[in-house]
Amino acid sequence: MRIGRPVENKRKAWLAFAALAVMLLVLPFATEALLGRGWVRIVDFALLYIMLALGLNIVVGYAGLLDLGYIAFFAVGAYCYALLGSPQFGLHLPFWIVLPLGALLACVFGVLLGAPTLRLRGDYLAIVTLGFGEIIRIFLNNLNAPVNITNGPQGISMIDPIRIGGFSLNSTHELLGITFPPVHLYYYLFLGVTLLVIFVSLRLEDSRIGRAWMAIREDEVAASAMGINTRNIKLLAFAMGATFGGAAGGLFAGFQGFISPESFGLTESVMVVCMVVLGGMGNIGGVVLGGALLVLLPEALRHGAGPVQQVLFGKMLVDPESLRMLMFGLALVLVMLWRPAGLWPSTQRRRELTPGAGVAHQEQESVYDASK
Amino acid sequence: MSLLSVENLKVAYGGIQALKGISLEVAPGELVALIGSNGAGKTTALKALAGLLHPAAGKVSYAGKSLHNIPAHQRVRDGLALVPEGRGVFARLSVEENLQMGAYTRNDAAQIGSDLERMYALFPRLAERRAQLAGTLSGGEQQMVAMARALMSRPKLLMLDEPSMGLAPMMVEKIFATIREISTQGVSILLVEQNARLALEAAQRGYVLESGLIALSGVSGELLGSDAVQRAYLGGGREPAGSFSLKTRD
Repeated sequence: MRIGRPVENKRKAWLAFAALAVMLLVLPFATEALLGRGWVRIVDFALLYIMLALGLNIVVGYAGLLDLGYIAFFAVGAYCYALLGSPQFGLHLPFWIVLPLGALLACVFGVLLGAPTLRLRGDYLAIVTLGFGEIIRIFLNNLNAPVNITNGPQGISMIDPIRIGGFSLNSTHELLGITFPPVHLYYYLFLGVTLLVIFVSLRLEDSRIGRAWMAIREDEVAASAMGINTRNIKLLAFAMGATFGGAAGGLFAGFQGFISPESFGLTESVMVVCMVVLGGMGNIGGVVLGGALLVLLPEALRHGAGPVQQVLFGKMLVDPESLRMLMFGLALVLVMLWRPAGLWPSTQRRRELTPGAGVAHQEQESVYDASK
Repeated sequence: MSLLSVENLKVAYGGIQALKGISLEVAPGELVALIGSNGAGKTTALKALAGLLHPAAGKVSYAGKSLHNIPAHQRVRDGLALVPEGRGVFARLSVEENLQMGAYTRNDAAQIGSDLERMYALFPRLAERRAQLAGTLSGGEQQMVAMARALMSRPKLLMLDEPSMGLAPMMVEKIFATIREISTQGVSILLVEQNARLALEAAQRGYVLESGLIALSGVSGELLGSDAVQRAYLGGGREPAGSFSLKTRD
């Protein structure tokens, strides 16, 4: 019996893993069948936001640096893709050049933001990063004169779709007798990238660098006294987070086909921070959950609020659009009240916030024990 | 030859001179106390030695090499470890994770494992609590974590900043017993303390820091017996506390 148990556990784990894989693979088809194609598009957006949230999780969750301008890196990646792959400049560089370039450029911007803010922490850092995010957005909004680079508030349209070789993700393909519309194809691409980001995050968490980030988060002076090069390690956190953000931005531009500065406002930055905090700071599973919920929940409220009111009151009392944000805010408040460490907290946060740790009791006990 | 030698070290915060030129030495294997009242510059001195502050002037050499422009993280690699004031444990990491953090500069996994066990032997309390979050420990236990964590870097010179701060008397005794034990194992120690008697009883030599200058120095026994130290720090004088006029410097 005893020998059999680990094998059985392993088999169970494999079965769960296989079930999850199948679920993820059929998800776009199931969603389309149950809710319609529009929802597959929403799921695609959820994946993009999960990538963003995972990138921000490195900065906020691991290294403890509150960044309120994170969407700027998303913007940098998106505009890099849009400018190099659209009729704007007549450049149509291939996806596999533009996307990494966008990620790299975002990484450079991450270091640019990180370097002058190395000595800031907490609220002060939050204010500076918030300003940085706004600067990027305002630049994008105004770089249409005297030389038109970004096309200003009108944004850039007709961006090249993502194309791998001759395989464009923007047209319907038939593979093995199954029809894949573009939203499904983008889903699989985004799923692949998201899984890659999750894998990298997992490896980072368990690495020397990850531990150094956590030490800096806890106490920067002590971290420095441990022999951690706090300057480089903090810059690395900014750079890694920004890289993920930039990559997600590139994918967003290719998927959407149109971008404008409006998509990169403060609200979006705050939304990504909410995903990380609400889901569970520092825990990858939690962040994924937070990202998924915060994209899907408002959409569900948007689509559900109208019909529910019709059924309950026979008429529309409150405009679904305003109700949506109200409900969303209420949901946030409730989650923070009942689960302050997030929906799915990291083990550390959970241990910390578990009642019964009885600190005061231990204090007494330890004085007593000292005489032993 | 001394392990650490400091010559005319000056540190300023903005326009305020916290250290006005101090000189001190620590020989290999020695336990040296740096005592002084609040605001005398004790913590500033340790922070400058650890590389967390940049001195305005002065020479610091360690193991025969100048520490000028050597960043803090490099100094740890070279065997200079600081237990910061107020302990600075990583509150949301477990005791064991804290200790492993101390070995950040090393990459000999097997040796780190055996050092970890050595630390648990030195601090049995920590062995009982290895999975507990450091932030939930008592002050004394946190001090133990901070000391064990610093020792995990295998320092040649351990700098302790007020290990007795805010601890119950019995815990203080325990911590000081451990400090003596670490010293007998051959680690040089520079001990900063406000509790002059305790520090001087443990140390071989001592320096008295007063408003950024070394006012007195000598063998611990002599310092303990000296009138100035008695009056100023040990409460042995006849005058009521608070009305002293210190004339030790001239």
